[in-house]
Order: sequence, then C-alpha cells, then structure tokens
Amino acid sequence: MLELKGVNSAYGRAHILFDLSLSANRGEVVVLLGRNGAGKSTTLKTLIGLVRPLSGEISFGGRRIEQLEAYQIARLGLGYVPEERRIFTDLSVMENLEVGRQSPRTGAPQWTPEKLFGLFPNLAAMRTRRGAHMSGGEQQMLTIARTLMGNPSAILLDEPSEGLAPVIVEQMANTILELKQEGLCVLLSEQNLHFANLVADRAYIIEKGHIRYQGTMTELAANEQIRATYLSI
Amino acid sequence: MSFSAIFVQLLNGLASASSLFLVAAGLSLIFGVTRIVNFAHGSLYMLGTYTAYSLVQWFGGGIPGFWSGVLLSGVIVGLFGALVERLLLRRLYHAPELLQLLATFALVLIISDFTLWAWGPEDLLGPRAPGLAGAISIAGRRFPEYDLFLILLGPLVLGLLWLLLTRTRWGTLVRAATEDREMAGALGVNQAWLFTSVFALGSFLAGLGGAIQIPREPAVLTMDLSILSDVFVVVVVGGMGSIPGAFLAAVIIGVLKAMCIGIGNVHAFGIDFSFSKLTLVVEFIVMAVVLVIRPWGLFGRSQGAPRAASTEPPLNLPSPALQKLLLAGLIMLALLPLASDRYTLVLMTDILVFALFAVSLHFIMGPAGMHSFGHAAYFGLGAYAAALLFKHVLPMELALALAPFAAGLGALLFGWFCVRLSGVYLAMLTLAFAQIAWSVVYQWDSFTGGSNGMVGVWPAQWLASKTTFYYLALVLCAGGTMVLWRILYSPFGYGLRAGRDSPLRADAIGIDVRRQQWLGFALAGTFAGLAGAVYAFSKGSISPDALSIPRSVDGLVMVLMGGIQTLTGAVAGAAVFTWLQDSISRQTEFWRALLGGIILFLVLVFPQGIAGFIRERWEARSGRSEA
Repeated sequence: MLELKGVNSAYGRAHILFDLSLSANRGEVVVLLGRNGAGKSTTLKTLIGLVRPLSGEISFGGRRIEQLEAYQIARLGLGYVPEERRIFTDLSVMENLEVGRQSPRTGAPQWTPEKLFGLFPNLAAMRTRRGAHMSGGEQQMLTIARTLMGNPSAILLDEPSEGLAPVIVEQMANTILELKQEGLCVLLSEQNLHFANLVADRAYIIEKGHIRYQGTMTELAANEQIRATYLSI
Repeated sequence: MSFSAIFVQLLNGLASASSLFLVAAGLSLIFGVTRIVNFAHGSLYMLGTYTAYSLVQWFGGGIPGFWSGVLLSGVIVGLFGALVERLLLRRLYHAPELLQLLATFALVLIISDFTLWAWGPEDLLGPRAPGLAGAISIAGRRFPEYDLFLILLGPLVLGLLWLLLTRTRWGTLVRAATEDREMAGALGVNQAWLFTSVFALGSFLAGLGGAIQIPREPAVLTMDLSILSDVFVVVVVGGMGSIPGAFLAAVIIGVLKAMCIGIGNVHAFGIDFSFSKLTLVVEFIVMAVVLVIRPWGLFGRSQGAPRAASTEPPLNLPSPALQKLLLAGLIMLALLPLASDRYTLVLMTDILVFALFAVSLHFIMGPAGMHSFGHAAYFGLGAYAAALLFKHVLPMELALALAPFAAGLGALLFGWFCVRLSGVYLAMLTLAFAQIAWSVVYQWDSFTGGSNGMVGVWPAQWLASKTTFYYLALVLCAGGTMVLWRILYSPFGYGLRAGRDSPLRADAIGIDVRRQQWLGFALAGTFAGLAGAVYAFSKGSISPDALSIPRSVDGLVMVLMGGIQTLTGAVAGAAVFTWLQDSISRQTEFWRALLGGIILFLVLVFPQGIAGFIRERWEARSGRSEA
C-alpha cells in the first residue's frame, strides 16, 4: 500500500535520509523506531510531500506520489498527523474537523464527527471549544480525529505517544488498534519501544538516515543486541 | 469649536473610515493567508476609483448606472487581483518573502503609469451619487446623504466578512491557512486555490473602497501611495490579519484625522498650534503609541516564528578572487575622472551615494534581520542636517562631518522603539517614523523650506568642481561601505547575526540582543545620513523627497535586487538601479512602468538577486572544475 524505494531527502544542504526503503500494507501497523534526530519525522514528511525527496520512488496505493504537492497526496487518502500536533488554535473543535474533511472514498472507512466522537469521547463534550484552550492530550486526540475526517486509507503518525500521560498513552494504543481493525494502513514513528510493542506488527529501525534493521515485533523482541545498539539510551 | 461642528466632523471621520476599512480589510486578509505585504494594494484602490469613474460615465448617470458601475469596478479589480496572483505571485511563493514585496512594488510602478496612460494626469471628480445626492440637516448643519450611506457601509461589510469567515467552509479554511498553511496543505487543502480566492476578495474590497470614493474625492494619480500608508497604519494598529481590528483602527484614525481638520488652529497658553497640520502625522503617532504598548496591534496576536526554521545562509567573506575584483573596481573608480565627461561623473557620484545608502540598509536588513521600510528617514535627516547646519552656522566641511551624527541621533531615537518589535510590525513602524519625519520637514516652512526644500547648499570652493566632489564622494562612500562591511565581521557583527537567527540562544549566551540591534540600527542610520549629506551637497539643493516613502522603497529595491544575503549585493543593486533609473527616465515618459517591468523580470529570473545569481554561477563553475 505504502512503499519507499531508495529515497534520499535533505533540508537545504543537510542530507537527512540515505537510500531509504520501507513498506507498509493494508491493515498493518508498522513502526519506525529510532532515536532523536535519526530521520523518523523527515521520513514521514517526505511521504506526505512536505519535504520533496532528492531521489527515489514513493508509491501509495499503486500510484507514484514523490512529485506531488502535499494537498494532492492528502487527497489521495494518505493522512498525516504531525509530531507537534499543529491543531488550529483559533478554530473550534468542529472547525478543526471541518478543515480535514474530504469526500468519502471507496476502500477506506468513512468518518463523520459523530463517529469520531465515539472513538474520542473526550472531544464530544467540547465541540465549540477553541483549540488554544485544550490540554495536550485533547489536542493529540483532535489532531488524529482531524486527519481521519479526510477518510484516509493509510495514516502516518509522528510520535503519537510523546508527552502524553500514561493513561492517555494506553487510550492512544487502543485507538491505533481500532484503526487497524478498520483496515487502515498505519505507519508510526516512535522512540518508545513499549508503546511500539503495544500496537505494531513490524518494525524498522532507523539511525542517521539509514534503515539498520527490519523485522516483526516478535523478532525484535528476541534480538537483544539490536535493541541495545540502536534503541537504548 | 461648537458641539454641532464636532459632531459633524465625527460623522465625516466615520464616513472616510468606511473606505479605509474596506481597503485595509482586503490587505489584512491577503497578508493573513499569503504573508505577502501587498504594496500594490493602494494601486488596486486607485484602479477602483478610476474604473468606477469611467464606468459610471459610460453607463450614464441614473441610479442603476451609478451603482452597477461602482460594484462592477470592484469586481473588475478583484479579477485583476486574481490574475496577478496566478500569473505573478504564484511563481514567487517559494522565493524569500521580501522578493514578493519587491514584485508587488513593481506592480505599483506599472499600475501608476498605466493609470497615467489610460486616464491622463488631470484630477477626475465623479458625479454625485444618484438617489443620495442630497443632504440632510444634523444638529443644524447640512450633512451629505452619501456620507451617511458610507457610515453604514463599513459595519455592513464588517458583518458580511465576519459571516463569510466564520460561517462558511471557505472561511474556516482561510482561518486555518492563516494560522498554519503548511498543515492545512497536509490535510488536503489546496493552497493555490485558496490564495487566488483570497487575493480576489482582497482586491475586490480595495477596488470597491476606491470606487465608492468617486462622489467624495477626485481620482488623482498620487492616491495609490497616499492610501497605502494610511492602510498600512490601519492594518498594523488593528493587528495584522484581524478584520475587526482593522475596522476599529479605521474608525479611530478616520475620526482623529477629521477632528484635526475640524479643530484647525488653536491658540492656547500663548502658543499657536495648528491641528490641521497634524493631519498628516496623527495616524503615525497613533500607530507608534499603539505598537509600543501593544506590539501586535489592538486585536493582533504574536506571530509565531515561521514553521520551517528558515536559517539564513552564512555571510561569507568575499573570496580572494572577489576581493581582487573589488580592489580592481575601486582603482577603476579612482581613475574614472580621467576618461569621462561631466555627466558620467554626476551619475557616478549618485551611484556612490546610493551604494552607501543601500549598504547601510543592507546592514540592518540582512545581517541584523530588521526589515526597514523607512530607511530614507535617516538619509533625509543627514541631508537636511547638512543643509541646515551649512545655511545657519557652519562651514561646509563641518556641516558634512556633523550631519551623519544628527541622522544617527534620529536613528537612535526611532530605533529605540523599532527594536522592540520584529517582522512586519517593525517594518511598518520604521515606515511610520519615516512618514513622521517627512511630514515635519514638509510642513515646517520656516525652518526646512517646506515642500520647496532648500537651495544653495553648495560645497566649499575647493570641492566645487565635479571631479573633486566625485573624489570626495568616492572616499566617503567607499570608506563608509568598508567600515560597515568590516563591522559585519567583528564580534558585534557576529552578534547581530546570532540575534537574527536565534534571539533566544543569543540571549542565553550573554548577548543583549535588543541593545545590539538598537546600536546596529543607529549605526546604519548614521551611515545613511552620511550618504544623505553627500547627496545634499552634490545636488546643491534638498527637498522632502529625500525622506519620502518612494526613496525608502528605492533602497529596498536596491538591496533586494542585489540579493539580501550577499555582502556585495547592495552595491551591485544600487549601481544597477540608479543607472537604470537614470537611463530609462530619459528614454520615455512611462519610465516607471519600464522600471517596474525590469524589476519583475529580475525578480522572476534571478530570485536570489544579482550578486546571489553571479555567486551561484561562480560556485557551480568552480564546483564542476574541482570535481
């Protein structure tokens, strides 16, 4: 469903991603693990078109997308949830959802505000609240809900567990599993191995812009050495 | 002044506030979403007035003819704005923000000459509005019905815009994009389409604001820049991007201006004070006060740093090859009088003067990151200080030596306020101060000669020949440029750049960023003053044009044309611009349009500036030969 082949990305003169290849399938949760600055966020930004790759191929649902603008990629059904949440603080919860709204597409679950409030009950009580007046956890819920309003068939989550209270992290994990149940392809970046274990089927480990390891979560759990080399602090 | 007179002036002020609000709301919307400071907004307003004048004439005078003409003018200007966005500005969204500003300024020049070409230089006063041509009696005075209509129009448009922005999907998207357009894009919002529609709406409002003026004020060719400064003030006082803020500010400024005219001359405590003379500055005083108390305007919010951390490229020392080239250039300049006529020498003196002016502007804009829209204030202060000192007390040499310090003092005073702001707000405040300085000079007939300026500001006998004066200009301007460049590579200069790239980190390592910027501002002002002083003596006369907005914009054009993040760009830009202006203004009556066209061409072809372009070529070539 989602595939990168030999992708190189850079910010100005700083080369960040080197010949990166990875893939994720429908109904699968794939985690991109790595330390700060390893290139996780850049990978996701390259996928959604916020960073234009220098070279390499990116395909989504069988279509090449590396030359498209972010809005075109989003309209193909690829959802993106940024690390810093970036909700529109001037807009109410309902208005934030409205910005993300796209027409329904075949082959992807269809979302309405009401259905999303079922997934995120906290949000239901604050429909008219402005984004600026929400807690971090509520903002994180809203940013995912907003992206789902585009009825994506695949979703990119940049460190969804970061900075959240433990009880919310658990809720987040359940949400991701529900999205998987709906048949979405989920690619998330994480530093938190514990969280990754809760949700992911497969993992890639990225370091200094290179993929160093790939395997199922069970294989990773068995490989003490890889975890010590690339993930422990 | 009687109560009824005050009341009628109040109504007058409210009536003019409506048009001001329409134009300001358009500018504010455009800025909010596209982050473009649209210098051409006043020109769109002017187009609206002229178009309405013609359409109303063409449609005939009746009620349907007048009102459909006015409305259609707004629509035409709106379509024109959309066209400009699609054909021109869209190509520049990935270019530095200031370049977009340069492009819109080129449009100012082109539209100004187009208007001259299409409608001629005479002032054109439209007919009275049919159906509202009469007057009613208010507090015993006659008040035009049309003005009452205008008073109602402002709140009506405010209400409609509010509905549009809060009750429609389009409005929600506009507000989202105003806050974070990259994120809106990642959610599937097509920015290009949104930008075009916002530009169309903003231009429509500007055109309509101009069109409704035809029964009140004549269409004149200078209305583009005069409304522009008013509208900048309104938008900044209200808070960039805030429509209710723009309304409140338009009302405050419209009323204050009308009051100043109404009060007229006052005699109190043995002093005569003319309030009507205050009209030209009162809005800028309001703006300065508001910005010092509320740095983001009445209803504005702090603009977060731009999303993508945009670190400027480093300002490299000139390569040995370039240093040799500069030295060779200097030697050629020194030898120039041997092989050139009087005319060339005068032109070269101008180029030297403006090179120093541009370098001093580059000093604060590039390395210090403070974008000044009013740098001519210090150029003019230097010029006037030189002329006044020379006329009243001192020999020419001393006047020339002291004048820069007068400009420096002015920059020290204005800069104290300016460095408290950043970004567009800082730029607008510098513009406001320049306009205040201009108004004082323009109106203080007894001291500065008013609009006529001062004549007979000639250099001392031993400097009187064009050749000697050229050498004087060469020594002072090239010397000043060297000093400023040297400072950029001193710890002070590094500190300025550190403060620009990360004020927080610079503060944390012990740099007093604000103080550093303040001193940098004053220093740049001093050298601009030196350029101004040399200019005054080279021309033998001085007029308020020296510190007018167009002169400030000239400086901006020079710096941006040269390339803001290069050291030598300002010099290249000043030389090219001054030479272009001189040579094409002798070719055609419509030299502004030609100059605008050339600027547009340069902006589209060399978005990195002339010097930046040459450097890139150079690096590409040497890079290839190394590989």
